[in-house]
Amino acid sequence: MKVDASNPLWRFRGITSTAMFFFAYLYLPIVVLIALSFNENRLATIWTGFTMDWYVTALSNDDMLRAAQNSIVIAVSATVLATIAATLAAMGMSRGRFKGESGVSAMLVLPLLVPEIVTAIATLLFFVALGIKLGLLTVIIAHTVFCIPFAYLPIRARLEGMDPALVEAANDLYANEWKAFRRVTLPLLWPGILSGAMLSFIISLDDFVISYFVGGAGATTLPIYIFGMIRIGITPEVNAVSAMMLIVSILFVSISFLIDRIRY
Amino acid sequence: MSEVVISAKSVGKTFGSGVDKVTALDDVSVDIFQNEFFTMLGPSGCGKTTLLRLIGGFEQATSGQILLEGKALNDLPPYKRPINTVFQSYALFPHLTVRQNITFGLEMQGIARKQADDRAEEMLELVRLAQYGDRVPSQLSGGQQQRIALARALAPAPKVLLLDEPLSALDLKLRKEMQVELKRLQTETGITFVFVTHDQEEALAMSDRIAVMKSGEILQVGAPREIYEAPTHRFVADFIGDSNFLVGNLVDDGAGKHAIKLGGGQVIELTQEVSGQRSGEVTVSVRPERLGLVAESKANANHLVGTVSTVIYFGTDTTYQIDLGNDALLTVRMQNGSGAKADFAQGERVGITMSPDSIRVLAD
Repeated sequence: MKVDASNPLWRFRGITSTAMFFFAYLYLPIVVLIALSFNENRLATIWTGFTMDWYVTALSNDDMLRAAQNSIVIAVSATVLATIAATLAAMGMSRGRFKGESGVSAMLVLPLLVPEIVTAIATLLFFVALGIKLGLLTVIIAHTVFCIPFAYLPIRARLEGMDPALVEAANDLYANEWKAFRRVTLPLLWPGILSGAMLSFIISLDDFVISYFVGGAGATTLPIYIFGMIRIGITPEVNAVSAMMLIVSILFVSISFLIDRIRY
Repeated sequence: MSEVVISAKSVGKTFGSGVDKVTALDDVSVDIFQNEFFTMLGPSGCGKTTLLRLIGGFEQATSGQILLEGKALNDLPPYKRPINTVFQSYALFPHLTVRQNITFGLEMQGIARKQADDRAEEMLELVRLAQYGDRVPSQLSGGQQQRIALARALAPAPKVLLLDEPLSALDLKLRKEMQVELKRLQTETGITFVFVTHDQEEALAMSDRIAVMKSGEILQVGAPREIYEAPTHRFVADFIGDSNFLVGNLVDDGAGKHAIKLGGGQVIELTQEVSGQRSGEVTVSVRPERLGLVAESKANANHLVGTVSTVIYFGTDTTYQIDLGNDALLTVRMQNGSGAKADFAQGERVGITMSPDSIRVLAD
C-alpha cells in the first residue's frame, strides 16, 4: 500500500491497528458464519470437517424454498411499485420550486428515520382497522412504503445533476413533453432508477420487523423463516441460508453501486 | 429592407408576484427582418435572454404579442415553433452520438431516416466536423461541441435561429474564430439569427443590427456603425466603446443650428438636429478617437482649449486626459506613428479639434 506521508492521519500512532480492529469487528462474524456453513458437525459451533451438505439440505427444504419464494415475490412487487412512485415523485420535485417544497422533500425521506418498530405497529393497526386480511398483499404494501425513499434518493440525485436545458433542447427540436421524457429524460435517468430499484430490492429482501408484524401465517419471508430455525437450534443449515442471502445482497448492492457511477 | 420575420409588440414579462415581482421586460417592441444577424446586447439582467426565451416559447409573455411572419405565436409550445435554439450550455444529448444529436429534430419532424442522415452529413460538413459523426459529445472539445450545437439547431432549417450567449464558455482565440464562423454560417444558410450577448465587441463584429437593452427596455436599435457613432442614450455610449460625456446648456441660434455652452463658457457647435422641445442642460458624448490635439498657438476660435493632465502611451496609440476647467475632463486618443503629430506633454496647454458630427446630444 502506498502511504501518503502528508496525510495527517499517519501522525496517530496505531492508526493501522485501530483500523484493522475495526474491520475485524465488522467482518469477522460474517466470515465465521460463512466458514461454519461448511462445517460437517451438526452443532454449528464445533468444527469437525468440510462439507457442502448443508447447502444441499437447505436447497431441498420445501419450507425454506417457500419462504424464499415469498421473499422474492414481495421484493419484486415492492421494488416495481416503489420505483415507479419514486421516479414520479423525483420528476415532480425537480419541476421547480413551490410552496412547502422543503416540507414535502422531508416527508419523502422521513420513513428512513422513523423507528421500524413504530412503522410496523402503526401499519399493523392500520390494516386491522381497515379490516384487511394480513398476508402477502399487506407485506407488499408495507414494503413499498419504506422502499420509496431508498429508490427516490438516487433518482433525485440524477435529476439534480441533469442540465434543465436538455429537456428544453428536446422541446426546441420538436419533441413534445412525452417524447422529450422518453428520448432524453428517461435514458439519462436510467442508471439512477436501476440503482434505486436494486437498493429497494435488497432492503425489502432483508426486512424482518415489518414483515413479522404485517405478514399473516401465509406470508413467511426468508428472514422470518431463519428466525424460526434459530429458535429450534442453530444448525449449519442456518449458516448456509444466510451465506446465500449474503451473496445475493452483495451482488445487488455492487451492481447498484456500479450502475450509479455511470456518467455520460 | 426585406420582410419582417419576428415582430415583438409591446411585450412585457414579469416574474413572481407581490413584493417579489420582477419586471424582466417592459413594453418591448421590435421588428427582426429576414436574413438578418440581429443581436440583443446588454448587461446581465437587462432582459435580453428573457426576450429570446419568449421567442423560443420557453416562457410566456405577461402582456403583448410575438408574431412570426405576421402570425401570433402566443401559447404555441417550443416544439410547434419553426424556431431552433443554440443553448448557452450547448445542451447536447450526452447519451446520443453527434449524428443522432443532429438528426434528433429531423426525426421528431417525421423525416425519413435516410434523408435525416444525409442532412446530418451536410450539416457536419457545414460546421467542418465531417469526421465526428460517430463520437459522443463528451469526446469533443468545447469549440467542437459548440459547432455541433449549431449543426443540430440548423439541421431542421428553422425560420429563425436563436443563440443564447453561445460563445461565452470559449476562450478568447476560439471566440474570435467562432465569431467569423457564425457570420459565415448566417450568410451561407440565409437563416435569421437572433443572438444574445453582453460582449459589445462580439456584437459589433457580427451583427447587421444591434438592439441595446437595459433594465427590460430596448434603448436603441441600429446598425453597429450607427450604434457606435450615433448613440442616443448615455448608457449606449458608455456600454459600447469608450465615450467622453460633457454637460452644457443647449443654445439655439434661431436658424435651426444648435450649440452647447459648457460651464466654463466654451462653446461646441453641433450639426445634429435637435428637437425644438429640448432646452436647458443636456449631455453630449464624443468618442476619444474622434478628437485631436493641436498646440494652443495653432488653436482657432472653434477649438476647445485645455491642459494636458495625463499622458498614457499604449503602443498603437496614446491617450491624453485634458482638463477643460470646471471639472470637465476629456479623453483624447491619438494614433501613434503617423509622424506628423507632435507629442504633447503633461501640463501643456492644447487646443482640441473635433468634427461637429461626432458630437451627439443624448436623451435624458
